[in-house]
Amino acid sequence: MRNDPSVQLIDNKGLRVDGRRLDELRPIKLEVGVLDKADGSAYIEHGKNKILAAVYGPREAHPKHIALADRAVIRCRYHMASFSVEERKSPAPSRRELELSKVIREALEPAIMSEYFPRATIDIFIEVLQADAGTRCAGITAASLALADAGIPMRELVAACAAGKIEGKVVLDLSDIEDKKGEADLPIALMPKTNAIGLIQMDGSLSEDEFKQALDLGTDACRKIYEMQREALKLKYHVAKEEIEEEVAEVKA
Amino acid sequence: MSATRQFSPVAKLEQKTVVDLIQKGKRLDERGALDYRPLTIMLGTVEKANGSAYVYLGKTKVLVGIKVETGTPFPDTPDEGILTVNAEFVPMASPTFEAGPPDENSIELARVVDRGIRESKAIDLKKLCIDPGKKVFMVFVDVYVLDHDGNLIDAAAMAALGALVDAKMREFEVKNGELKYKDKMVPLPLLNHPVSITSSKIDGTIVIDPCLEEEQVMSCRLTVTTDKNDMVCAMQKGGLGVFTPDEIKQTVSISIGKARELREKILSKVN
Repeated sequence: MRNDPSVQLIDNKGLRVDGRRLDELRPIKLEVGVLDKADGSAYIEHGKNKILAAVYGPREAHPKHIALADRAVIRCRYHMASFSVEERKSPAPSRRELELSKVIREALEPAIMSEYFPRATIDIFIEVLQADAGTRCAGITAASLALADAGIPMRELVAACAAGKIEGKVVLDLSDIEDKKGEADLPIALMPKTNAIGLIQMDGSLSEDEFKQALDLGTDACRKIYEMQREALKLKYHVAKEEIEEEVAEVKA
Repeated sequence: MSATRQFSPVAKLEQKTVVDLIQKGKRLDERGALDYRPLTIMLGTVEKANGSAYVYLGKTKVLVGIKVETGTPFPDTPDEGILTVNAEFVPMASPTFEAGPPDENSIELARVVDRGIRESKAIDLKKLCIDPGKKVFMVFVDVYVLDHDGNLIDAAAMAALGALVDAKMREFEVKNGELKYKDKMVPLPLLNHPVSITSSKIDGTIVIDPCLEEEQVMSCRLTVTTDKNDMVCAMQKGGLGVFTPDEIKQTVSISIGKARELREKILSKVN
């Protein structure tokens, strides 16, 4: 892809522009249940990415002719806010957003037990408020939490992260400048318990060995993100439990 | 919004036949799991296009035409020509295709073909600059799917490569930012030859180059595009199923070898 020698992406200490090691994730913050009206929601900050995900459903399929007799229709909309990138993006869905909506749906759908809800729809909305490379992965990580928050039966959570190549070295979780100036980007979405990959895409240039190395690095990172997702979910219910206990105590007193 | 697709009821009846055969190591058209369907490429079938290629992949038929025009460069690449890939699923190609704006499947196909050409740096876009920031050549690669019998991505990518190899443009020179055409026709400045190989997973088995019936029962597919140096330059997973990391590694290995064979076949057409 790009490979621009004028920018140094790895310094002589082997650290990257933002000070990370080659196999280090950017800081990730996850929060579950952030929206009031949605049946499930989650917010993720992954590096400078800020993304909201919301889930509505299972609800009646509308229009009716889209309904499936044996399972729920899963619908997914990945969308970037016009102010989320350097130059204003038109709010109309681009070809990129249409493609990403499809691949994100195909990453999440294997995890959803949609056969429990024939003739219904489950709608997944991902809004990128600020983009900083790796939005499809962060979007999947958040959407998977939103699905769990909506109480939709799932086989597993889906965690996602990209690996890539900069200055000839395989690295984890590209930042914006690394994505633009680097040599390859490999987004992966994984269901860790079953070791199942629901999304994999690649652009750039990787040898077979580099690809294998990047795939292993990416899937390992997905496992780490999966643990963070579990903690974020638990925290929501921990907070809810405390609130209920306080109320009970007040009523008794 | 992207939504789960409706599957035709016929596909469910055929599912058993296809799966039973694959369990026995066979396929509907008597191929082996790693055999490609017969491939025919005809270059230059549309004279009015700068380049064209007609690909028959089994019963799948795809026509790609290339037009070269002038236009304004993108602000972030002022000294590079522009590559645009578009795909039309014409309604005559399949009972499931409808006229109208491109759906997510044709957008996905166009973007995967685009990624292969762009990321392998198949076209030397710097050589298509006329006046930096003002005027460049634009290469339009238009994919026409004419008969859909499965594996449209590979057929389209191969036809696109064929059309690029076939494409000729007027020789030109730039004097003081002025574009002057000469009489001679020259080939497009090409640097690489990307080839895509798509495999699908059916009942846990990986088979390459799925036909339509196989696509209708597959759990998922993986497209791997490699360049002339065996470097992987683009990948795309599709479908509602999942791969294990080992299946993906295995598929990448197979695809690299298969792409080498096919690349030779396509390039042998030129001479």
